[in-house]
This record gives sequence, C-alpha cells and structure tokens, in this order.
Amino acid sequence: MVRIDAVLVALAVASALGVVASQHQARRLHGEYEREQARAQALEVEWGQLQLEQSTWATHGRVEKLARDRLHMQLPREGQVLVVEPQS
Amino acid sequence: MKKQRTVTFNHNPLLKRELPAWRPRIVMLALMGCSLALVGRALYLQGVNDDFLQAKGASRYARVLEVPATRGRITDRHGDILAVSTPVRAVWALPADARLEPAQVRELARLLEMDVNDLNGKLAVARDFVYLKRQVPPEVAQAVADLRLPGIHQQKEYRRYYPGGEVMAHILGFTDLEDRGQEGIELAFDKRLSGRAGARRVIKDRRGQIVEDVEAIRPPRDGDDVALSIDGKIQYLAWSALREAMEEHKAKAAAAVVLDARSGEVLALVNAPTFNPNNRANLTGAQLRNRVFTDAFEPGSVMKPFIAALALERGKVRLNTPIDTGNGRMTIGTATISDTKRHGVMTMAEVVQKSSNIGTVKMAQQLGSEEMWHLFDQLGFGTPLNLGFPGETSGRLRPAKSWRPIEQATMSYGHGISTSLIQMARAYLVFAREGELVPLSLTRVDAAPSSGRRVFSVETARQMRTVLAMAVGPGGTAIRAQVPGYTVAGKTGTAHKLEDGRYARKYISSFVGFAPASQPRIVVAVMVDEPSAGKHYGGLVAAPVFSRITEGTLRTLGVAPDMPLTPLQLARRGADEAVSEGNGQENM
Repeated sequence: MVRIDAVLVALAVASALGVVASQHQARRLHGEYEREQARAQALEVEWGQLQLEQSTWATHGRVEKLARDRLHMQLPREGQVLVVEPQS
Repeated sequence: MKKQRTVTFNHNPLLKRELPAWRPRIVMLALMGCSLALVGRALYLQGVNDDFLQAKGASRYARVLEVPATRGRITDRHGDILAVSTPVRAVWALPADARLEPAQVRELARLLEMDVNDLNGKLAVARDFVYLKRQVPPEVAQAVADLRLPGIHQQKEYRRYYPGGEVMAHILGFTDLEDRGQEGIELAFDKRLSGRAGARRVIKDRRGQIVEDVEAIRPPRDGDDVALSIDGKIQYLAWSALREAMEEHKAKAAAAVVLDARSGEVLALVNAPTFNPNNRANLTGAQLRNRVFTDAFEPGSVMKPFIAALALERGKVRLNTPIDTGNGRMTIGTATISDTKRHGVMTMAEVVQKSSNIGTVKMAQQLGSEEMWHLFDQLGFGTPLNLGFPGETSGRLRPAKSWRPIEQATMSYGHGISTSLIQMARAYLVFAREGELVPLSLTRVDAAPSSGRRVFSVETARQMRTVLAMAVGPGGTAIRAQVPGYTVAGKTGTAHKLEDGRYARKYISSFVGFAPASQPRIVVAVMVDEPSAGKHYGGLVAAPVFSRITEGTLRTLGVAPDMPLTPLQLARRGADEAVSEGNGQENM
C-alpha cells in the first residue's frame, strides 16, 4: 500500500515538473515567434522604404536630366529613325 | 509538603456538571451556519458573479493589442510606385508629467525642429494630452526616445509618400494625417486602399513582455494595392510639355489628357499649376484644382466635327458638298455670327478644316434641335463620367425644348454648352474607334472592351478621320499639331471665356486629336486657359503641346510610324549599322 502511494506521488511530482517545463518552453518559443514577427514587420517597412527610395531615384524628371546633362543624350531627330518591318 | 491530588482530564470535576443539552447544539448550529455562509459565498463567486471576476482577473495580465494594417500602394500601369505609406511617429506629451529642465526643452525643440517658445506653450496647456509634433521620421523619433524625458511619449502612425511629386499630384490626390483619402484617387479608391486594423488578445508578464497569445480577435486586413491606368512616362512627358507651354504663353492654367483609344484607359492626366503632395504647406485653390475633371468650359470649335459627323450620318451633306459661307458674316435674329476671314464657297470638309463658324451653323440648321441634343447626350455631355473622382463636373447641356434658334447655332460651334476636358477627350473616341464610345477607366484594364455604344456608323467615323487629318494638314488650322513620322488628326478650339455672363477678351485655347490617323491608338486633349503672351489661337497655343505629347506617347507605346520618314543619308547609314547589330527594331 505504502509503495503504491510512493509511486503515485512520484508520478504526480514528475508530471507537475513536466507541466512547468513545457509551459516554460512554450513561453520561450512564443517569445521567439514574437521577435521573428516583429522582424518580419520591420523588414516589410524597410522594403517599402527601399521601394520609395528606388522610385525617388528613378523619377522621370531626374532620369531625363541625367540623360541630357551627364550622358549628353538627345531625342532622335527627324530622319534619324529607321523603321524595320517584320518579315511576314 | 502536602501531596496534591492529581486531576486527570476525564476526572475533572468541572465535567461532572451536567451541561444543558441546548448549548452544544447552538454552537454546532452556529458553526454550521458559518460554513454554509462560506459555501454560499463560494458558490456566488464561482457561479453567479463569475464573469465579473474573470474579467477583473484577466485585466491584470491579458491585453488587447491593435494589429496595425497598412494602406495599399498606388502604382502606375507598369507597377512603379506612385504612393506608399511608411510608418512614422507622433510625439505626444502628458503636460502634467512633463517637468523638463530648460536644457531638455531646448534639446527636444532642436530635435523636433520646433520653436522653443512654441514647445513651452504646448507643454503649459492644462489638457492631459497634447501632440507635440506629428509625422516625425523614425530616426528623429528614436533620438527623442533616447532622451528618456518624463511625460513624453510616442505613437506609431503612417505617412504617405508620393515619389512622383508634382507630376502625379492631381491624379493621385493625397491623404490626411490619419492616412485617409482626401482628394483624387486617394479619395475615389479610399475603400479599396484603406486597410482594417486587427486586434489580438495576449498575456503579458510583469515586464510587459508578451508570453502567450490567447486569441486573434480579428486578423488585420491590409489595404489593396491599386494599379492605375496611368503610364508614368507618358504622364511625365505630358507634364513637361504643359509646363513649357504655361511658361511660353504666360497662361493662367493648362490641362491635358491622354486616352488609350483601344481600351478607354486614361494614360496621362495633368494639370498646371500643380503642387507638391509631399509638402502641402501654403497651398492655394488654383493649385489644387483638377481642371480636367472639375472645370467645365465652353469648348468652342472642337465641337464642330460632331455636328459635321451628324450631318454626314443623316445624309444631309457629303464631304464634297459645297457650302456657301458668304462674306464671313451671318445674321440670325438679332445676333451676328462671324468667321475670322471670308471663305466664300467651301466644301463641307473644308468647313471643318478651316474651322468656319458659318459653315458649321449652316449644317446645324439642317438638323433638328432634338437630334442635336440626342447626339450631345450620347457623347456624354451633360452627364458626369462617374469614374468616382471627387468633384467631377457634368458640364452643362440644356434640354432641347429650351433652345432658341440662335442657341442651336452657337452650340454647333461650341458656345452655350460646356464640357470638361475629359468629357471632350472621351467624345473624340467616337472618331478614333470607328464610331463607338467606350467607358473610361482610371485603373489598368487587362481585357480591352470589345465593343462600346455606337454613335456613328463606321463609314462616318472613317470619313471624319480624313476630314480631321486635313485640319492638321496644309491649309488647316493646326499645322503645328503635326508629328514627324505619324499621321495625326484633330481639331483646334479657341473659345472666348464667359465672365459674369458676357464674353470677355480672354480665351481658352484647346486641341483635341488622335494618332495615328490611319489606325488611331491614342486620343490627346490639351487645354490652355488664358494664354496672354500675344497668341491665343488653339492652332498656335494648344496644337504644339499636342504634337509634343503625341510624339512622345507614340514612341513610348512603340507604335510603328505610318508615314514615310524623310530618310537622311547619315541616318540611313547609322540605322544600317544598328540593324546589323540586331537592335534596330523601333516598332516593338
């Protein structure tokens, strides 16, 4: 009788410890998940900012200015364009 | 020593006394009553008052967090970003808690780029919440947070950026501080763009860290992205052409629209003067005004082709029917209609080509007012386009019954009726699309509408195209609308402005046309308001703008030139080299 009691008590204590351990594990993992989510959001924000930066650099006005001033490009004048008909 | 008699508990003489039987019962009852009360209280707490206590308990550790949703992006038809929201911070204070040293206030003011006195003023108010500055960039906000000032807090919010700046300002509109649409597309598509913040319940520990997700109350829904029909490149082209025209002609305002004749998409929509949507301090109403949509004006001669087409359709005239415009003056009732010079007898085609008011009126006189009204109505004059754009005007078209003969006459050359520029551009789709009218779209259309509403027969539309091509050709009013390499067609307009019910010596010059004339791909409409540098005829003011926009647009769209280019020896050689390198294809 006493032996059975001892075994049961031991089992109960072990299971209680198990609960504590897995609870701790769950919280730790959750914390990690939270951090990853925050990182995902931060990356999303950064992506938006980079897109914004890209489109600011690629503004048509700026591209035209650079093409004209730095690269000395110009629109083809009349007669400088040759149209090639696709062979059917 | 006298031996004391030991008294054991059982032999205690006190016990010898018989107690009355009721006393232990009373004690017993009292004890039972107490425990009943306890059980009752426990039952009450567990059962009846359960919800309240659970809620109280939960409030100690559970929190409902808002999960922010971002507003959708706006892109052009190629997916280039036109508007995007990025998180910024609002810095706010609890004035009661914010007891700052003067040095701290100075430091804060420096970071926030505010005046020290302003800041002190804000911190001195009696309210318990005050915004110090909103829409603070994240780096600055971080620096402020690092100061660790008492009573100064921050809150996340969004700011919308428009990389296109003033080029796209009118079409896009803008949002307010809460990121809600206020103007333009931002308002028209606000439902689709705005997200819905979600919420979730979590358990936090003593240090405020989330330890457990309890439930997601509702998931956040980010706003949808909207892809416009606008082509960023064409928009820029149109904008720079318009800006130059504004300067050259010292105009009060100008506007232009480019439509895709195949799909009814709006490829470009520009207004001048414009504004920078990223910095909206000191805005005036004139800058904000989206003239393309909200301003109705008397279109003038650009109206004539419709009357000619109707007369053609009804079989009243043919292209070569002679029309006598006399000495350039004509009297109807008490009013006199005049041409800019006397043309004598002309063919119907020449009437449109040379833009004769009298010739057009003579055609209109062969038509019933009901018939003309029906045409205007079918073309969409007098009814708003219903694109969802804020402040869209319907223009003014009076019911046919109220027209007097002189009014029917003036309406035929575009006075006494008013339309917006985009209505006029859309109406010209009729000529560009074999007599059909399709609805316009501000968003990208993937499948072009197969057919629209028929207004004119295919034959009439084709004939009118040749007539309108003549207007741009030798002897026409708009030689300056020509585009090298392409055939174009269109009509000029020069209308007196109405001021206090009288026609003033101020003009609106316009040009509406399409290209290539043989197989129209685009419709371009240009309007210049009050050109005041000497020239005011549509053919001199608006037509060159049309030419520039059309040339660039056709090149951008990769439309093959339909007119032989004058070959230069030099160009020929250069092009041959390009072909041998395999990249000489211009028509893709």
